[in-house]
Amino acid sequence: MIEYEDIQHILLTRVPALTGRYEFLSFRNAASGRAWLSAILEKAQSAAEVRASVEQDKRWVTVAFTWNGLHALGVDERSLATFPEEFRQGMVARAEILGDTGQNHPDNWVGGLASPDLHAIAILFARDAAERNRCQIEHANLVAQCEGVKVLSALDLEATPPFDYAHDHFGYRDRLSQPVIEGTGEVPTPGTGAPLKPGEFVLGYPDENGPPANLPQPEILSRNGSYMAYRRLEEHVAKFRDFLREHGKTPEEQELIAAKLMGRWRSGAPLTLAPDKDDPALGADPQRNNDFNYKQMDPHGYAVPLGSHMRRMNPRDTAHNMNRRRMIRRGATYGPHLPEGAAEDGAERGIAAFVICASLIRQFEFAQNVWVNDRSFHELGNERDPIIGNQDGTLEFKIPKRPIRKKITGLPAFTTVRGGAYFFLPGIKALRYLATLDDTSIETG
Amino acid sequence: MSDTSRQGDWTKPAAMAIPEGSFFKDEVKQGRYGPIFPKTPACYGFSIIAKIIPGREPVFYEYAKNIEKAVAGQPDVLAVLKLHYLRWNLFEIKGETYFQYMGIFDTDFDKYVEDAVGLFAASGLVTVFENLEGFPNDWKTNAPAFIKFVRDHHRPSFLEYGEYPFVSADEIKKALQLKAAFSNMLDQMQ
Ligand code: HEM
Repeated sequence: MIEYEDIQHILLTRVPALTGRYEFLSFRNAASGRAWLSAILEKAQSAAEVRASVEQDKRWVTVAFTWNGLHALGVDERSLATFPEEFRQGMVARAEILGDTGQNHPDNWVGGLASPDLHAIAILFARDAAERNRCQIEHANLVAQCEGVKVLSALDLEATPPFDYAHDHFGYRDRLSQPVIEGTGEVPTPGTGAPLKPGEFVLGYPDENGPPANLPQPEILSRNGSYMAYRRLEEHVAKFRDFLREHGKTPEEQELIAAKLMGRWRSGAPLTLAPDKDDPALGADPQRNNDFNYKQMDPHGYAVPLGSHMRRMNPRDTAHNMNRRRMIRRGATYGPHLPEGAAEDGAERGIAAFVICASLIRQFEFAQNVWVNDRSFHELGNERDPIIGNQDGTLEFKIPKRPIRKKITGLPAFTTVRGGAYFFLPGIKALRYLATLDDTSIETG
Repeated sequence: MSDTSRQGDWTKPAAMAIPEGSFFKDEVKQGRYGPIFPKTPACYGFSIIAKIIPGREPVFYEYAKNIEKAVAGQPDVLAVLKLHYLRWNLFEIKGETYFQYMGIFDTDFDKYVEDAVGLFAASGLVTVFENLEGFPNDWKTNAPAFIKFVRDHHRPSFLEYGEYPFVSADEIKKALQLKAAFSNMLDQMQ
């Protein structure tokens, strides 16, 4: 049985937020960090609470810690050593593995995220701006009371218009394909695949390989926890639109180029099911918009190019062991909307997302290292993910087409990594455990 | 230097000397489980050498028959490993038996290593490793421990040669398919 009342809601539920805010925190000493945690943990809702009251709630809070943050709270060395190596090292140290080089290098990150002083994140999702402002002030008051707790930076989230469906600044409908966890009762939409064992996402449960193994100790700290890879990805909207215009003569051709990069039309309609012409009704219909595979329907990529974002990030029946590579995606867009036709305004906008998984190295890092940035993935040669790959202007994007494929050379970078971090997302009991750690030895710092 | 810069022309056989320490300085790429061994004209590969638990030799010969059967029964069982060739040897030094496992493949081992461990666990391909000294008992659930054993026992080469350098098994198969299709076409046109 999944312990909903002990799992932070972000892992299992998606809330109806139109706005929100992330605050990145540093603890100068353990006592202040624990004082902050003791106060805020009352507000961090479990999956059970959110399921019961999501309709009335106006805001949802999640807290998570870097490895340095667990250390700062006073978790002892023995316990710290039981966390997996990649988490202990942190996202900055894994930059080369993730493709965070060149423009994406941690040296260029903002908000203090590349600093070892980054200890915790408080995630606020809110129904509206008024509620966000209220919570922001309340949190500022809390931080003010905890001498020794410092806010390194914050990021305000904004949905982009139109608000009736989730999409990013490039205009792609998102949140269409997400793994389903066995035992949650959630019925997978057609094409999503069979529900996965909870241990793929929540620590302490059997995973697709068998019973849980090698969990961080003590058990109370790891049980019902998970890992979150945070990515702040700036989207260069004007550059993206220029690119579409450059490679498509008519609006229809431009839409097709956009669709080929992603694997779906911006409406969400998958190219496997709507190869030649957009079908917005299909894109909006969860019973149909994820109902496809590749091996039978599109082995050569004539509909969905092998190198498109969606096909890389979930090759479905054309990859081995897919059940061990799935990820839960949460997050939101930030920054102002750039109206169609408007010139680049210099404002930063993009996606601030969490990739949630039980093993960063096997799930998130594999995706970044192989699917996103391996130039010879699927034998493509000289290609990376056209949306989030590390692009330096020397790579290609190939669109299979009869009789001759279309090859776009010198693909620009449509996104830039502006920050990131690995967080441990403790269960609710683990938050209490952390808040009440006893550490007469560390107090002196 | 980029992946492709050394990958010139498949018609020109090539040899590559690999510096002491097994890496080209300033070009070492970090993989998820450690530095990635360089790609050579003979593609990627490993040579794992380890001492066997005394008296276990018969297990290895039995195992060979099982693998033969497994591959005959399901020819694509090892597809995920992107292999060209695998070789297994047993040899003796001073009365002790050693095992050597050499592979040549098209992807650096780091990339699909969990898939490989999963496949090994399911197919029995490396159950024979359990007869090596120092092999981690919990390897099926502890990919990092398995990978550490492999890395610790890998003896990188200092020289590699390719008659058709850097060509992948997939490319070779595509070329052979094309040849077959062509001869078929020529037959049809008679
Ligand atoms: C600016 C950054 C990004 C944009 C604009 C973007 C956009 C999209 C869109 C529009 C889809 C299709 C909708 C769907 O299938 O749910 C999608 C799918 C997906 N993306 Fe991204 N994404 C971004 C970054 C990432 C990152 C950083 C990851 C993980 C490392 C990721 C992983 C996935 C996965 C796993 C899917 C589902 C594929 C499937 O199941 O078919 N994306 N993305």
